[in-house]
Amino acid sequence: MPDTTTPNYHWPPMADRRVIGKSHSRLDGIQKASGAAKYNSDIKPAGMLFGAILTCPHAHARVTSIDTSEAEKIPGVTAVRVIMGPGKEVQWGGAEVASVSATSEEAANDAVKAIKVEYEELPFLVREDDISKAGNRAKAAGEQVTGDPDKAFQEAAYTHEGDYGIPVITHCCLESHGNVVAWEGDKLSLWPSTQNVSGIGGDLGRAINVSAANIHVHQDHIGGGFGSKFPADLWGVEAAELSKQSGGKPVKIFLDRKTELLIAGNRPSAFGHIKVAADKDGKITAWESKTWSTGGLAGGGLSADLFPYVYRKVPNRRINHTAISTNTGSARAWRAPNHEQVSYLTCSAIEDLAAKMKMDPLEVFLKNADLTMREEAYTSQLKKAAELADWKKNWHQRGDSGSGAVKRGLGIGVGTWGGAGHASQCQATIHPDGSVEVELGSQDLGTGTRTIIAMVAAETLGLPVSAINVKIGDSTYPPSGASGGSTTVGGVSSSTRKATVNALDKLFAAVAPSLGTTPDKLEAVDRRIVVKGDTSKSLTWEAACRKLGTNKISESGENNPRTAPREGLNTGGVAGVQIADVSVDTETGLVKMNRLIAVHDCGLIINPKTAESQIFGACIMSVCSALFEERVADQQIGRVLNPDMEFYKLAGIMDIGEIIVHLDISPENDKRGVIGLGEPPAIPGDAAIGNAVANAIGVRVPQLPLTADRVLAALASKGGNA
Amino acid sequence: MTPFEYSSPASLNEALGLLGSSWSDAVVLAGGTDLISLMKDGVFSTKRVVNVKDIKDLGGIHKTGHGLRIGSTVTFDELASSPLVRGEYPSLHEAALGIASPQIRNMGTVGGDLCQRPRCWYYRGGYGLFAMKDGKSLVPNGENKYHAIFGGGPAYFVSASSLGPALVALGATIKLASSSGSRTVEAAKFFVTPSDENGREIDLKPNELVTEILVPSASGVKNATYEIRQREAIDWPLATASVALHMKGSSVAKASIVLGHVAPTPWEASQAAAGLAGKTISEDTASQAAEAAVSGAQPLSQNGYKVQLAKVAVKRALLAAAGKAHTAHHA
Repeated sequence: MPDTTTPNYHWPPMADRRVIGKSHSRLDGIQKASGAAKYNSDIKPAGMLFGAILTCPHAHARVTSIDTSEAEKIPGVTAVRVIMGPGKEVQWGGAEVASVSATSEEAANDAVKAIKVEYEELPFLVREDDISKAGNRAKAAGEQVTGDPDKAFQEAAYTHEGDYGIPVITHCCLESHGNVVAWEGDKLSLWPSTQNVSGIGGDLGRAINVSAANIHVHQDHIGGGFGSKFPADLWGVEAAELSKQSGGKPVKIFLDRKTELLIAGNRPSAFGHIKVAADKDGKITAWESKTWSTGGLAGGGLSADLFPYVYRKVPNRRINHTAISTNTGSARAWRAPNHEQVSYLTCSAIEDLAAKMKMDPLEVFLKNADLTMREEAYTSQLKKAAELADWKKNWHQRGDSGSGAVKRGLGIGVGTWGGAGHASQCQATIHPDGSVEVELGSQDLGTGTRTIIAMVAAETLGLPVSAINVKIGDSTYPPSGASGGSTTVGGVSSSTRKATVNALDKLFAAVAPSLGTTPDKLEAVDRRIVVKGDTSKSLTWEAACRKLGTNKISESGENNPRTAPREGLNTGGVAGVQIADVSVDTETGLVKMNRLIAVHDCGLIINPKTAESQIFGACIMSVCSALFEERVADQQIGRVLNPDMEFYKLAGIMDIGEIIVHLDISPENDKRGVIGLGEPPAIPGDAAIGNAVANAIGVRVPQLPLTADRVLAALASKGGNA
Repeated sequence: MTPFEYSSPASLNEALGLLGSSWSDAVVLAGGTDLISLMKDGVFSTKRVVNVKDIKDLGGIHKTGHGLRIGSTVTFDELASSPLVRGEYPSLHEAALGIASPQIRNMGTVGGDLCQRPRCWYYRGGYGLFAMKDGKSLVPNGENKYHAIFGGGPAYFVSASSLGPALVALGATIKLASSSGSRTVEAAKFFVTPSDENGREIDLKPNELVTEILVPSASGVKNATYEIRQREAIDWPLATASVALHMKGSSVAKASIVLGHVAPTPWEASQAAAGLAGKTISEDTASQAAEAAVSGAQPLSQNGYKVQLAKVAVKRALLAAAGKAHTAHHA
């Protein structure tokens, strides 16, 4: 009986799918491309006030006095709040000191400038690239030793030692961090820019002592988050308090670009000395890393226990890591936290070892695949990527790249990630008029979440995607997890599948008698409810729904990460391999991307088009970080010098080159269920591009980004400068 | 932004009457791509902003008996798409095309390019033109990868002008007007290294504005600009070279080589240029000239690479002018 047995939630077999697995353009694509999509930084509720934040120009200082009287006199100013009063210590440049609200943006900015703050400047450290200058700001974690690294290095046929570095970079969300907040009585409306629609209200509520039940969060679109937009943040608190002091009028605070780059999160640096050894056949036998990094004042920054990356089973290892506390804005999760850095340091050292052994690095990565946790996946992906790169034809021994000024090279990077679905609830409603609503307190980070929810519902209900009304981005909908860790697609697809299966079962039960059959004999195909095996007995979707009379069906579905593994709708654990193909002008040191080839396994793919888009975006971020991005700080003055889009450089379309995506879609991977794909493709690119440049010019450029100065310095170091 | 008076005169005389005896009294606005950010960032403020875009006399590109007359409010896009410029002055065409983005090229003007302020991050961060703190320049021990390798100290910024080097190489003159008359300055002398913190990088008085640029005929003058920048997309150059070769048959009679973004002004490599006289342009002679062009460079702690880039830019510009290679402004 359908009411007592567990419904069949399994994904339909690959061959039977009508919607899932076929590319579908994103539902909000036209809206976004035409500018019709409204981001919360675009909205302007009636009577909206403009908030602004006064930030600290010093890296480390104590506030000795603060005078807001002039600011309060400026016409249009409705409230002025001191965040850091006298005696408070400010720990990084850009930190929030005071806030104001006013009837115009200009008045708010003038008011901020009119606040007089006296500081006592305190000693600071804003750079960590030279660990010898870190002094007592450096905190070493304990050494981790596995096996007998000393003996293994002694017995090794080949040992390579090298220094590598990757600087702090920022998220550069196109839409900066911020929100609009308004009060109505004791209730509060929050229009944030968040990766956490269901959770951010509670976070703000805790900070301002308001029940989460009284906070309504709404967000249709977000202009990028990449891991930096989970909490309510101080600008949420300030907007709420300024609004309260201004009679509840909406207050908008979105950070200006400078403040966005200074305090709204960044990816920690990673520097280190790596030693890696192999036997005469190129099998890696020993690993030693001494690394350091900063994630801001708290130090931290890097999970050194991820070394050696992917090649986890190197038998003999010694790992040391030092966290450096700096007076700079705090790190936040950055699309695959830790992984880009450890991938870059690990893959660079392996490539350099291969060059020292005069072996093809592809062979070395392949030969050691048994040291990974997924030997088969890495073996097949390395081979696939090599095939797409035409590796055999295009690869050459390091430096053996012809006589012209422009040298071409190939390089490999690898990655791994989890990506199992987060907790998610979905409410699916079938109305008697045939319309369908699917509600989740989730968010579409630009990844296509809205579209894949509609696709899953359409697949289940036998309807076209356009028949599904997806409602997300509102805290009144059933809770769905924050979008972090590539957990969204697994979570929302599973909860939507379950909710729609449950709703459909209810519809089957309602219409079975009129078709003279039992509910278990029914299926939903092509806008009809059909008796299996007897297409002459069917009802159109609308006719079937009319049988509901005046009662709608509303059923829920839940993805619970604890029980999800045995249900099989989603899972985690992926491998990825990328190969970069670059040309380097050895006279100018300029690196040009030819191709970036990305091979990723990913479980069941709901929408190949948006999955590929995820990989394109991730590869573009890798080109940016490998070639251009770095936060430049001056230790003389404690300032970040490039909190702008002029000298904090991102790739433009001309810089990106061709991106070739291969999704490892196969029955074996499909059986694993849905797996997140946001983070994995962002990981291997830095390493692949760095290795390609080393292969091209015959010498390692140790530190990213691979700018003209660094490339030319590396060339000069080997005496190969043109 | 500090409040200011905005005026938009329709005639040159009216505009000149609105200028003052210091830039804190009045300043000229054309494309606004630099001025507005300086004012918003609080680096610069003034009492009056005089928009000159509506003054018809300041626009247009025309052939004259002696060469080309370029109005100061001609946009980079107009300059780059002018057949008059593209045909005879490829160095100017390339220099204009290399500037920033289509949006900036649609807004920014020739006069603005000459008068814009340096991009030095210390200057833009409020440390003044000489990047001073406690009586000492922050540049030599600071983050100087984008700073000057020639003519540095006490000014270490690089001239931001993209057209300047090409105009200097072509022997252009710049016409300036004030309410008391007009004067003409050679492009090479228009750019100056200020001797004090409050000076300007150009020979322009607060009551003057740039009205037009006169470029002598370049018929028979082979010319090219080669730009090296980190990003292929919108970016400031790391180094550029503009060259003009007055030919006598297949050999050089007189050459001009001007480097950009390596000094507080466009930087003339006169000796290197003189060395080309009587020679034909080949890989060898271009390389020798390039070597000579950077021989006096004095790089700072982080910008030694710019010496190499300047050298490559000279060599490639010479070869491009001679029609031998590298016609693109970017590798």
